[in-house]
Amino acid sequence: MNETGPDTALDTAAESQAQLSAEIEAGHDAYQKGLEEGAPEELGPRRDWPPYRSSLLRHPTKDLHHADPETIELFAPVFGERDIGALEADLTVQHNGEPIGERIVVRGRVVDGQGRPVRRQLVEVWQANAAGRYIHKRDQHPAPIDPNFTGIGRMLTDDDGWYQFQTIKPGPYPWKNHFNAWRPAHIHFSLFGRELTQRIVTQMYFPGDPLFPLDPIFQSIQDPRARDRLVATYDHDVSQHEWATGYRWDIVLTGSHRTWTEPEDGDE
Amino acid sequence: MSDVVTAPAREPAEGLLGPTPGQTVGPFFGYALPYTRGNELVEPGTPGAVRLHGTVYDGAGAPVPDALIEIWQTDPAGKVVARSGSLLRDGTFTGWGRAETDREGGYWFRTLNPGATEPGRAPFFVVTVFARGLQDRLFTRAYLPDATTDDAADGVALIPGALENDPLLASLEPERRATLVTAREPDGSLRFDVRLQGEGETVFLTYDEGPAAGKDGVGA
Repeated sequence: MNETGPDTALDTAAESQAQLSAEIEAGHDAYQKGLEEGAPEELGPRRDWPPYRSSLLRHPTKDLHHADPETIELFAPVFGERDIGALEADLTVQHNGEPIGERIVVRGRVVDGQGRPVRRQLVEVWQANAAGRYIHKRDQHPAPIDPNFTGIGRMLTDDDGWYQFQTIKPGPYPWKNHFNAWRPAHIHFSLFGRELTQRIVTQMYFPGDPLFPLDPIFQSIQDPRARDRLVATYDHDVSQHEWATGYRWDIVLTGSHRTWTEPEDGDE
Repeated sequence: MSDVVTAPAREPAEGLLGPTPGQTVGPFFGYALPYTRGNELVEPGTPGAVRLHGTVYDGAGAPVPDALIEIWQTDPAGKVVARSGSLLRDGTFTGWGRAETDREGGYWFRTLNPGATEPGRAPFFVVTVFARGLQDRLFTRAYLPDATTDDAADGVALIPGALENDPLLASLEPERRATLVTAREPDGSLRFDVRLQGEGETVFLTYDEGPAAGKDGVGA
């Protein structure tokens, strides 16, 4: 077992949030200055981002090398109904009892950079329970495990790119990046597109979280508008009468590298 | 200063929507993403079965025990497979697999050699790397060291010049090129180590074009 606990390679827990926040602010200031001097806008997270201590030895130091995608990279694996159980899109019914917490529905649409729906494609989610605890042996922080909640879901998007699942709103949780470090509440998402080049894993956050400015992972995205793309919105049309509140979160994958010919969905 | 021109807030590219940024897979994916036989694209004893394996290392040369490796490949005839069943293996070859690294940073797949999608091209596995501490996934390719012919279901035959003529490999310095080519081990398996940083750093890819495409944080 890693004695330093979750999400840290070094024992950096002596550093204060103020130190970390100063690093984050200095990084963002440098990014803004770079923009003014003509540096390119950054739309993704920065891999080389020291405030996230675990990234120090785990980011490439060389620029990514350009490759023209070849045939296999222009297609994505195909998933079907047989890959997924009927109850996997409902994280509240996977045990004998009801999980504790605020029942929510999350709904959104997966599209590519050109706005085309990503049809019949796999969406995987995982998350902490309402107390901020994962069912994972490496999460040992003293918050209760909910015997009625595992926190794993899988689903396929529909023919128009929509996904939807029901779950419990996850709690924020502490981690050991620095002293008194807390992750904003989030749901992990794994997504496939229409071609492998569009594959991403990311995290969805909840609106108005006071932990946003303090979090080195969220703040690894330099552009504030790009950060906002990870924040769901409360959507009353998704809320269900006397049952669950609703959140909407749309996902835009990168642009297609493939010249598409109609019809576009004849892969299976 | 009035004569300083602020960079305009550009959208990613003409006509494109702003992409959703990636975030690290974190430390807790191990109970969620790996699944039974995710790394077994074919059953034991399948003719032509090959073991693709390796170790993921960090910048200090230490193994990475909490990484996730995915492969995506053609079948031995070079065809892109469009069949479901990757999550519930039933003997269908789907061309896609997923493996988590073990305590020593190791991973393995049981699969088939990929074939060339066009005659004479060098076949490769597309490899996607995720890890705690890695903010965004990394793409790379693991080329066969000895390209298969179209009909080599149970063996390998060299296509002369396939690796040398590969456009990606040809664009790299020899020592960097070597990071993308698997090693055929004495037992017939294919070894592909991933070095996230430092000496022997694996060549990671971007498919995007433009001056910023290879820069960190761009092209998510």
